[in-house]
Amino acid sequence: MSNILIICKKELKSYFSSPIAYLLLAMFAVIFGFFFWNILGYFVVMGMRQQMTGQAMPMNINEMIIRPLLANISVIGLFLLPLITMRLFAEEKRAGTIELLMTSPVTDLEILLGKWLSAVIMYTALLLVSGLNFVFLFAYGQPDWRPLAVGILGLILQGAGILAIGTFISTLTRNQIIAGAATFGVSLLLWVMEWVSGYETATWAKVLAYLSIVNHFESFSKGVLDTKDVIYYLSVIFFGLFLTARSLDSLRWRA
Amino acid sequence: MIKVDGLTKRYARMVAVDHISFEIGKGQIVGFLGPNGAGKTTTMRILTCYMPATEGTAEVAGFDVLEQPLEVKKRIGYLPENPPLYPEMEVGEYLEFVGRLKGISSNEIAHRVNEVSERCNVADVSKKLIHKLSKGYKQRVGLAQAIIHNPDVLILDEPTSGLDPKQIMETRDLIKSLAGDHTIILSTHIMQEVEATCEKVMIIAKGKLVASDTVSNLTRQRQGSEAISVVVEARNEDVLDNVAVLRKLEQVSGVSRVVTREPKEGKLTFEVESLSGRNVRGDLARAVVESGWNLTELKAISANLEDIFLQLTNAGSEATKQ
Repeated sequence: MSNILIICKKELKSYFSSPIAYLLLAMFAVIFGFFFWNILGYFVVMGMRQQMTGQAMPMNINEMIIRPLLANISVIGLFLLPLITMRLFAEEKRAGTIELLMTSPVTDLEILLGKWLSAVIMYTALLLVSGLNFVFLFAYGQPDWRPLAVGILGLILQGAGILAIGTFISTLTRNQIIAGAATFGVSLLLWVMEWVSGYETATWAKVLAYLSIVNHFESFSKGVLDTKDVIYYLSVIFFGLFLTARSLDSLRWRA
Repeated sequence: MIKVDGLTKRYARMVAVDHISFEIGKGQIVGFLGPNGAGKTTTMRILTCYMPATEGTAEVAGFDVLEQPLEVKKRIGYLPENPPLYPEMEVGEYLEFVGRLKGISSNEIAHRVNEVSERCNVADVSKKLIHKLSKGYKQRVGLAQAIIHNPDVLILDEPTSGLDPKQIMETRDLIKSLAGDHTIILSTHIMQEVEATCEKVMIIAKGKLVASDTVSNLTRQRQGSEAISVVVEARNEDVLDNVAVLRKLEQVSGVSRVVTREPKEGKLTFEVESLSGRNVRGDLARAVVESGWNLTELKAISANLEDIFLQLTNAGSEATKQ
């Protein structure tokens, strides 16, 4: 356990001692800020129009602002997550420091858990930036905090799944760009796989749709904590980390 | 301390290490000598549990590298050919990370970092970023990293490559000062390095162990005979007869062969080879002086490690060709 933390701490330090963490935080803050401004603007205009026409429609902050925002974050994540994981192993392989890790008295599992954990923490830090915007919703309205909490939990689970896959892909190459691009491609595919269910009802289409990562976020964004979807994300995490462990093992044999 | 038996590493198209067996006692400094690509690094990587062997076993401090890798890793300090440094870290920070990784407790870590920084002369740069260091400093940080957990066995892959002569001297002294507490294996393709630092040398060529002995034994042997250089000068103004001297030297008992070398400034130089196990130096001196010539120089030419190395590695490559 302590070995995992030692590695995790070192990874976090290297995120924050290079520009990458700050770049990610800034990019996320700007993009999320733009979405927030758009959605809030629409909400305000709708509210004013109702007052003028005298129609009383239900104006729910959770339904009309938080839910679409959470869905937007999960899309932004698709672009940012590969940037978090691409260096994890590729850089160690390129610099030869992988030799230090693999000849130290730590297990492969501890190495990959430490690295993956640091990536999850990095992603959670991004999500915290979005908190700056949510504070305003609570200051000027009365949204329910529970659906938001469930939504953020869903984002973290979804992110952790893609990060596990990204960690695996990073073990396959010594080139960060390749690792990042491949991770982006794989997560984009996982995203759009459910489209087949739009016109096809055969079993294979259902399976693809089930495997698609975005379908399972639906319930979280509504504020519903569904065991089925939690288990899906946990399986993705497990699968990604399992592949990473196998890949590290094969690295030894092929070295 | 280290026991290797029939170690083999096979790749799809080549055999990197071919049934190597050896044993290394506690506190010894052993040099792996061999041309590039001979299998030195592969052997070291197997010993450090970086990669498994295809065949054979290796034990470090009584633990098998395949069965109990964590126990082995705890007892080994390893400096790969390119020191495994994180350029974006400070030196002190890096040593602390490695130390913690190697299992040093958080109470002890600061003390250990200071100690190895002093020992490897990197204390003055502990607040510097690693990518700003010179090659010599980087190498020393790499060495500090290898000894931070006070390992029983130290494995150094070409520890002086790329350093300037002064740094090479310093690094060799440092390595020698580490012997005794640590069993050290270092690899190199530089003969002088082994002569300067190691007690025992193992010569590896084409994945095979072609010689394994102490440095002095290896240099002394050379097929058992001794080579002596004899320089003879004419007394007074006489002209010296080359052939006469040659005859005289050949008549000395125990001499197997005499070769004439280039004469220099009127002095004649001969190289005399003795039969194995015979000490002929005294007889040679007497023979020259009794004939009325001046003997200006008489010294044994010990075969240096370089000759032996070339001899053995060539023999190795011929053997694999057949």
